Amino acid sequence: MSDVGIGKAVKRKEDKRFITGKGKYTDDIRVENQAYAAFVRSPHAHATVKGINADKARAMPGVIEVLDGHQLTGDGIGNLICGWAISSKDGSPMNMGAWSALATEKVRYAGDAVAVVIAESTNEARLAAEAVEVSYDVHPAVVHADKAMAAGAPQVHENAPGNMIYDWGIGEEADVDAALASSAHITEMEITNNRLAPNAMEPRSALAIFDGAEDHYTLYTTSQNPHVARLVLSAFYQVAPEHKLRVIAPDVGGGFGSKIYIYPEEITCLWASMKTGRSVKWTSDRSEAFLTDAHGRDHITTAKMGFDASGKVTAFKVDTIANFGAYMSLFSSAVPTYLYATLLSGQYNIANIYCNVRAVYSNTAPVDAYRGAGRPEACYLIERMMETAAREMGKDPGALRRANFIESFPHQTPVIMAYDAGDFGGNLDKALAAADVPGFAARKAEAAARGKLRGIGYSCYIEACGIAPSAAVGSLGAGVGLWESAEVRVNPVGTIEVLTGSHSHGQGHETTFAQIVAERFDLPIENVQIVHGDTDKVQMGMGTYGSRSGAVGMSAIVKAMDKVEAKVKKIAAHALEASEDDIVIEGGEVKVAGTDKAMGWHEVGLSAYTAHNLPPDMEPGLKEGAFYDPVNFTFPAGAYIAEVEVDPETGVTEIVQFTAADDFGTIINPMIVEGQVHGGVAQGIGQAMLENVVYSEEGQLISGSFMDYTMPRADDVPFYTIEHNTTVCPGNPLGIKGCGEAGAIGAPPAVINAITDAIGTNDLSMPATPQAVWAALQASGQAMAAE
Amino acid sequence: MYQTKYHKPASVDAAVAAVTDADDGKLLAGGQTLIPTMKQHLASPSDLVDLGDAGLSAISVSGSTVTIGAMATHAAVATSAEVRGAAPAVACLAAGIGDPAVRAMGTIGGSIANNDPAADYPAALLAIGATIVTNTREIGAEDFFDGLFTTALDDGEVITGVRFEAPERAAYAKFPNPASRYAMVGVFVAVSGGAVKVAVTGAGDDGVFRHEGLEAALSADFAAGAVDGVAVSADGLVGDIHGSAEYRAHLIKVMAKRAVAGA
Repeated sequence: MSDVGIGKAVKRKEDKRFITGKGKYTDDIRVENQAYAAFVRSPHAHATVKGINADKARAMPGVIEVLDGHQLTGDGIGNLICGWAISSKDGSPMNMGAWSALATEKVRYAGDAVAVVIAESTNEARLAAEAVEVSYDVHPAVVHADKAMAAGAPQVHENAPGNMIYDWGIGEEADVDAALASSAHITEMEITNNRLAPNAMEPRSALAIFDGAEDHYTLYTTSQNPHVARLVLSAFYQVAPEHKLRVIAPDVGGGFGSKIYIYPEEITCLWASMKTGRSVKWTSDRSEAFLTDAHGRDHITTAKMGFDASGKVTAFKVDTIANFGAYMSLFSSAVPTYLYATLLSGQYNIANIYCNVRAVYSNTAPVDAYRGAGRPEACYLIERMMETAAREMGKDPGALRRANFIESFPHQTPVIMAYDAGDFGGNLDKALAAADVPGFAARKAEAAARGKLRGIGYSCYIEACGIAPSAAVGSLGAGVGLWESAEVRVNPVGTIEVLTGSHSHGQGHETTFAQIVAERFDLPIENVQIVHGDTDKVQMGMGTYGSRSGAVGMSAIVKAMDKVEAKVKKIAAHALEASEDDIVIEGGEVKVAGTDKAMGWHEVGLSAYTAHNLPPDMEPGLKEGAFYDPVNFTFPAGAYIAEVEVDPETGVTEIVQFTAADDFGTIINPMIVEGQVHGGVAQGIGQAMLENVVYSEEGQLISGSFMDYTMPRADDVPFYTIEHNTTVCPGNPLGIKGCGEAGAIGAPPAVINAITDAIGTNDLSMPATPQAVWAALQASGQAMAAE
Repeated sequence: MYQTKYHKPASVDAAVAAVTDADDGKLLAGGQTLIPTMKQHLASPSDLVDLGDAGLSAISVSGSTVTIGAMATHAAVATSAEVRGAAPAVACLAAGIGDPAVRAMGTIGGSIANNDPAADYPAALLAIGATIVTNTREIGAEDFFDGLFTTALDDGEVITGVRFEAPERAAYAKFPNPASRYAMVGVFVAVSGGAVKVAVTGAGDDGVFRHEGLEAALSADFAAGAVDGVAVSADGLVGDIHGSAEYRAHLIKVMAKRAVAGA
């Protein structure tokens, strides 16, 4: 059976249904009595709602009901909340503005829902939604974070003066200032981290079913964490009591963070189902997704990095403004603080770090965690500065990094994180070799002969995954614990079901989780079924995000398997009249080592349930549960090298080579891990060169479709060279660090460092579109001409 | 998709009758723009009159005269041995429109009737000096394209085909919009009867246009280097999130050079 165990590229069990079109997504589920919801959305970014007249809409064919925010709040449905409390430097709590699922007094971004139409068909609902007359008193809007902080800027929420949500800091500012003052060199940069739209392939969807006879609700929804959805929907939004609400997240087509959060639409569908007595289905179209899915990133940062004469970093001072959009989404507050500033040490031994983060409201869609969540912003900042510093000081960018690498572990950074293991020099060695860096000069010359500008750029990223120790995050303001749960059920015939609190929405858990079970009990992988995504089937769990399912979710399974193994050995030892210590499990049998005494694995399962011959005092049955709370974050790290060619006539950039050398700890399935790297790097390239959410000054979304929002296509990305340099994570039983976000974190600075190397000017922001690169070339050309 | 009445008449006359009789009828000629627009409810015609069975798909070359039926798909033009022989630049242009699905359904008649300012065909027809043939008359390309999404077509007038003399030399160079991959700047250069015409799509505030400066320079010297000395003004060019008017002006020169080099 070892051909399916840890480290084997087992083909994905779930792919049969996915590639034959048999996946079952929320929108595929149809129930009796199903009606359809369409939302009436504000066309304005900032306005007072003066009145809603739904008379015409109510009279239209197929319309069952039109509901608004006053009815919703009147029924006691609570406001949406942010579940992580962050305090400002002065100790004051964050200024969380009210967010009703359907706006009552005010709309705060274009797309804010003000009413919902329930009708017999989607088209009837949508046509009637167009006919709902909403009168608005339109106010000036503010879109950019820095403008939102300016005096006289439009105020998004009354309880957040100056649009300030919090003004937070970490580190010792005085020490940092002192260290900077005595530095031999200071690199100073202003860096923008562009706003991104997540664009999961499957748009969000919800189907709410209210059973009046039982006062019970079922919600099918596109969620990365159905139990958390149930908890929040019941405890905070008072939609239904927790024991009367079942949340099912069936097949989900990608999340990237955007499906962690509870959105107004799910709340409204549940409530509307109760109001109308009908099952209510809503499925976002792509336009709604662009408008309302939580966006990612959107930071403006100024930073100073000091170096001593030998090139060692002395201090790092960072000032970041984070745009939160119109409302505080569920985990928004944690992203630019504990998922960002805590990673500002990068892979480097930096004694002094200070970071100030001001989070502000604007009249744009809410911003929350998106693949990497805070860590891409930190990595981009550090690695752009490191590369820039090397250029300014005339040092080799690899050598400058290497001179600052942390080399002994554990390593306590000045910004909370304690790195447990890594080999940063080894990662860089592998990347440098695979990228043939010594041959770069010749390749650059050859490209120049073809009229192309060739450049090379590095990125040595580190991230924190496996979130997270519950007590630690609790002390930092988290409203939840971030453990994970598992139950391992051995059936009477010996087959196994694993109920996991993790949720797979593309990650391949049905395969990788089964691999660790098949290996542990030496069984065929076909005999293992992974069950997830249904609060009625699976015990409370925390779901999947932050590359936590391997490090935390699988650890819970291991812990449950430990208990199963112990009981199996007791049962077998009793039946075979041997010592537990002599029992081994292999080849489908449970044996007494060194003898021919053995029971079939299935016989042990059966005897556990017949209970005819169990040890005295043993309970019948063979299923064990476990909750695993991690002892630390995990720290995937790696070295990425991008090589690009720029056409100076057009500014078009081609990535001609991309090398990734990653340290993910133990790898369960190398094929799936390689896929995660491919996807992550593609998203990173998307951020670096293609993707950008753009609003007009009035708050209208300009990049509202794929006509204007450039998603990476196959021909935008290169073939990748992928290397691994494994140091085992000491913090969890399998030694896993996580791999889901690395590419999106590590790739952007490598790409921009390469392009700026090619064009010889550092003044370039993401996305480096052809126009941006051409303009940078023009600007630097003019600068040269003026000299 | 919202409610609409679908017709598929077997002749142009029947199509004209159907669209004229309808409250708000629209001709369907591939539908690669109209159908998505209807899905978004930005258009909601009462009737759709599909020209697919109206006998307008033929492609023929007689001597140097190329005739392409209005309902010839982009894929059909791209792969037509006759078009590739007589006017390879046109076949090449067709092969670069949209993606395979768009090329399988989209038609030349649909494209030019819509006159999207970023469509490819208008540049070719203008530079080649094509004649647009309708059920009632013949219209020179110069008179046909009339600004953004606007043409000389009257109500009830149906494009039946396009006719042109194969140019002696021609090529099309397109700089695609990174997101939509429509032309952000597309330059079609054609030499017909010794005269050079340069038509630009994707860049103009008012749709496809000819560039006199480029034409004059290339008439004097049909070489890529001749483009260098031409001033291309950003006035009247599109500026948007993908490219400023200045960038488009620059790209017009770059694409013109590449077209000349390829012609």
